[in-house]
Amino acid sequence: MSENNEKDWPLWEVFYQPKNGKPYEHAGSLHASDAENALQNARDVYVRRNEGIGIWVVPSDQITASTPEDMGSFFDPASDKPYRHPQFYSVPRAVKKRS
Amino acid sequence: METQQQLDDFQARIDAGEKIEPKDWMPERYREQIIRMGSQHAHSEIVGMLPEGNWISRAPSLKRKLVLLAKVQDEAGHGLYLYSAIETLGVRRSELIDQYLYGSAKYSSIFNYPTLSYADVCVIGWLVDGAAIVNQTKLAHSSYGPYARANLRICKEESFHKKQGYEMVAKLAEGTPAQRKMVQSAVDRFWWPTLMMFGPNDSNSPNSAELLKWQVKLNTNDELRQHFVDRVVMEAEAVGLTLPDPDLKFNEETGHWEFGEIPWDEFWDVVKGNGVMNRERIKSRRKAHEDGAWVREAAQAYARKKNLSREKAS
Repeated sequence: MSENNEKDWPLWEVFYQPKNGKPYEHAGSLHASDAENALQNARDVYVRRNEGIGIWVVPSDQITASTPEDMGSFFDPASDKPYRHPQFYSVPRAVKKRS
Repeated sequence: METQQQLDDFQARIDAGEKIEPKDWMPERYREQIIRMGSQHAHSEIVGMLPEGNWISRAPSLKRKLVLLAKVQDEAGHGLYLYSAIETLGVRRSELIDQYLYGSAKYSSIFNYPTLSYADVCVIGWLVDGAAIVNQTKLAHSSYGPYARANLRICKEESFHKKQGYEMVAKLAEGTPAQRKMVQSAVDRFWWPTLMMFGPNDSNSPNSAELLKWQVKLNTNDELRQHFVDRVVMEAEAVGLTLPDPDLKFNEETGHWEFGEIPWDEFWDVVKGNGVMNRERIKSRRKAHEDGAWVREAAQAYARKKNLSREKAS
């Protein structure tokens, strides 16, 4: 196993921006020896057909993510606040018709 | 230890059409099946570069050479998407590669047949990529999120593979008598091996029940094969080519094309390693992997050196 550890290049997560003004999206991951190599590989693997105009590569082990186990308690502060949505509020009928 | 409650909850998520993500709880057996099936799929994409790569330098025109280069490069990309998807389950890339180059991991048997003429390249695009699309379109809805997304990405690219193949098949089919003969011969040789790509009959497929229960795959081998045959019969007719099966006939009642018995003995023989090209394919892949070792090591050494000098400077 330790031998395998050394054999594999580090893992990187790839994000690309599909178009000007759009947010970056996760494309997938790849192995690369360093950041520059990761960027070039990302272009060849994930952007062969002009899928993006910009690429980010991030070392996978640098990402901190929420875990499925605490999904409920982590997100539930948002689940009892319907007043954060416009549907919570009523509007005079006359105005509603016009819109 | 997996409890019945965990298994039931998992099955309920699957039945509700939810996707399973890497960190979610999953039965060990589910994990194993995704790794087995997904890595087999990835190996197939990589080995699949060889039969066509064999003809790049002898493409009939610059246009066809560009097309073939792009297609073969796509296959490499597809292999990489799939390996990444499987690695989310905590298995290392180098382990997967070792398993197929030096271990017992399998890849699709279709790539153990030789490509004898450029018409074979055309027919592979039409039939082999056509069959792969039927499979992968369904796998894009597989229950394991990363695997489904990799297949979706593959499907977007793969339709050009089939179309370029069918276009060339049509051209050869309306060409000179020698060209017609060449393309018909390719169809004759690739027809049955292509039907085998969907795997053994449902009655003889040990993994199917489990894979379907967990919606790793969504259709049985025979369903997918039938779907493929129904479409290809029309496409063959349209270009005046004959599919080499005297038992092929339309069933008015079912609305499907019935076909003859697939030569399963040949299938199992190739799976066991006795196909014409099995040894050659593995030999080529090992050579590529081993000859590239110094490049991988050099890149790592360079990265280490750059890191060191950055540390020193700071």
